Amino acid sequence: MLNIHCPNCGVTAEETEFHAHGEAHLKRFGPGSTDDQFESYLFMRKNPKGVHFERWRHQNGCGKWFHVARCTMTLEVFGSYSAQTYTPPQEIIEKIQHRRPDWSAEAEAS
Amino acid sequence: MSEPVTALKGASDTSGIAVVTELGPTGMITLRGDLSAKPVIKAAVTASGVTMPEKNHCATEGTGGLAWMSPDELLILCAYEEVHQRLADMQSRLAKIHALAVNVSDARALFQVNGPKAREVLAKLAPVDLAPDHFTPGMFRRSRIAQVPAAFWMPDAQSVRIICFRSVAQYVFDVLNVAAQDGSEVGYFNA
Ligand SMILES: [Zn+2]
Repeated sequence: MLNIHCPNCGVTAEETEFHAHGEAHLKRFGPGSTDDQFESYLFMRKNPKGVHFERWRHQNGCGKWFHVARCTMTLEVFGSYSAQTYTPPQEIIEKIQHRRPDWSAEAEAS
Repeated sequence: MSEPVTALKGASDTSGIAVVTELGPTGMITLRGDLSAKPVIKAAVTASGVTMPEKNHCATEGTGGLAWMSPDELLILCAYEEVHQRLADMQSRLAKIHALAVNVSDARALFQVNGPKAREVLAKLAPVDLAPDHFTPGMFRRSRIAQVPAAFWMPDAQSVRIICFRSVAQYVFDVLNVAAQDGSEVGYFNA
């Protein structure tokens, strides 16, 4: 059971009040992209054992979207942050590094 | 005018550890817009007759009420007979503002759970910390009741009011009565 914080309404609740919507920070490839880029955008998702960034929605609450950083192995939630960003904020990166010293945003991006 | 009819025609069950009642037709207006904009606040306050609530709170007085639903949404409560007039008034106030107001009175159902164990009945069904020092009268929470979305608040320490979609009114009434079954006290809150 995950405890999730919604940065939009400030409520912290267990996960059944929310809904997970998959990997965060995808870059859209549309018209003009190659077939490989389009395929990758549509179908290819990370499946890490460890730190993962996801899109979540406060389904049975305020109805708003946001981002969550969590560990897929231990189910630890590092934090949540605004949906209106392309990359995790520094504050979240620091929280993850505090708990996972070996993890880095640069390695994550590659 | 046709006669307004609620989903369960005011059904009530008094056999359990709390009294579960469907309340009569209630005027409800959903308002979406920038909640920091003065004309939006003014329209909501005028239509509801109460003051603007804080985040995750509601203000109620008599039939009037104003509930904070999300960062851009309020729910206005009023007498059922007055909802058309109040909505028309809001819409004229908001004519030049980027906001949306809709009458949802007939799309919702309103329940009351009453009695010393009301808090306990709700706690069995919603994934919310309902300890007396955590959820207090005046707070407003959107969550779920068993499997369906619902919003609730406590007008006082012994009663809970629950708003849900009209289409799931029977489900909510039944599940509240299961949670309120005679002899099913948990006694967790010591109330
Ligand atoms: Zn929320």
